[in-house]
Amino acid sequence: MKADQVLDCVGLYCPMPIVKTAESIKKLRTGEVLEVVADDKGIKQDMPAWCKMTGHECLGIEEDGGEIKVYVKKTHDQGNNQ
Amino acid sequence: MQEKQKFTIVVFNGDLDRALASFIMATTAASMGMDVTMFFTFWGLNVIKKNEGGIKSKGLMRKMLNIMNRGGSKRLKMSKFHMMGLGTGMMKQLMKDSKVPSIDEFIAMAKAMGVKMYACTTSLGVMGITEDALRPEVDGLAGAAYFLGESSDAKVSLFV
Repeated sequence: MKADQVLDCVGLYCPMPIVKTAESIKKLRTGEVLEVVADDKGIKQDMPAWCKMTGHECLGIEEDGGEIKVYVKKTHDQGNNQ
Repeated sequence: MQEKQKFTIVVFNGDLDRALASFIMATTAASMGMDVTMFFTFWGLNVIKKNEGGIKSKGLMRKMLNIMNRGGSKRLKMSKFHMMGLGTGMMKQLMKDSKVPSIDEFIAMAKAMGVKMYACTTSLGVMGITEDALRPEVDGLAGAAYFLGESSDAKVSLFV
């Protein structure tokens, strides 16, 4: 999957990948895709939950060895000026 | 996205591990777009006391209490295996190696994310802790009614 920006969260535990995703998504334009790379398995449950709450779209999760890639599409501008 | 949801949390306990859990929940909720209110009471006040300076209080019992229970983010102990500081020190090292933020870092993150932090006036009064002994990140003082008011329309509310 093609992403507009990559966020490296390898070596980070909950809640940092989610907190950093929230920060990074603010800098994207609506419609752009963020690729979050992590090795904390919790992200497979956490990112869909985060997307459900924030309204952004979780496009998919890919696993390659211990590395997990999650693709999040920014669907709106709300929360940008938090 | 729906209307902003609320998350409220009572931080009653002053243990390092529980304080960490509280801040993990608070910062995650804020990152999910929730309005977050943290209410620090009783031993939980130790989490938001300044690390430096003394606690000025009146009366022998309060003075003794504030010497024995000095508090401050850097003095918090683990609820288990504190072992006179050895266990807590080792856990802090493990958390640092795992890039888990310290309590100070969590407080700064929470503040930057708009998390509101309130201190319980009853506990402050009973324990003889003045407002100037609290960290500048604390938004204000409040009572149980304020917490319950905030919680009445909160989707999630925790007591730690």
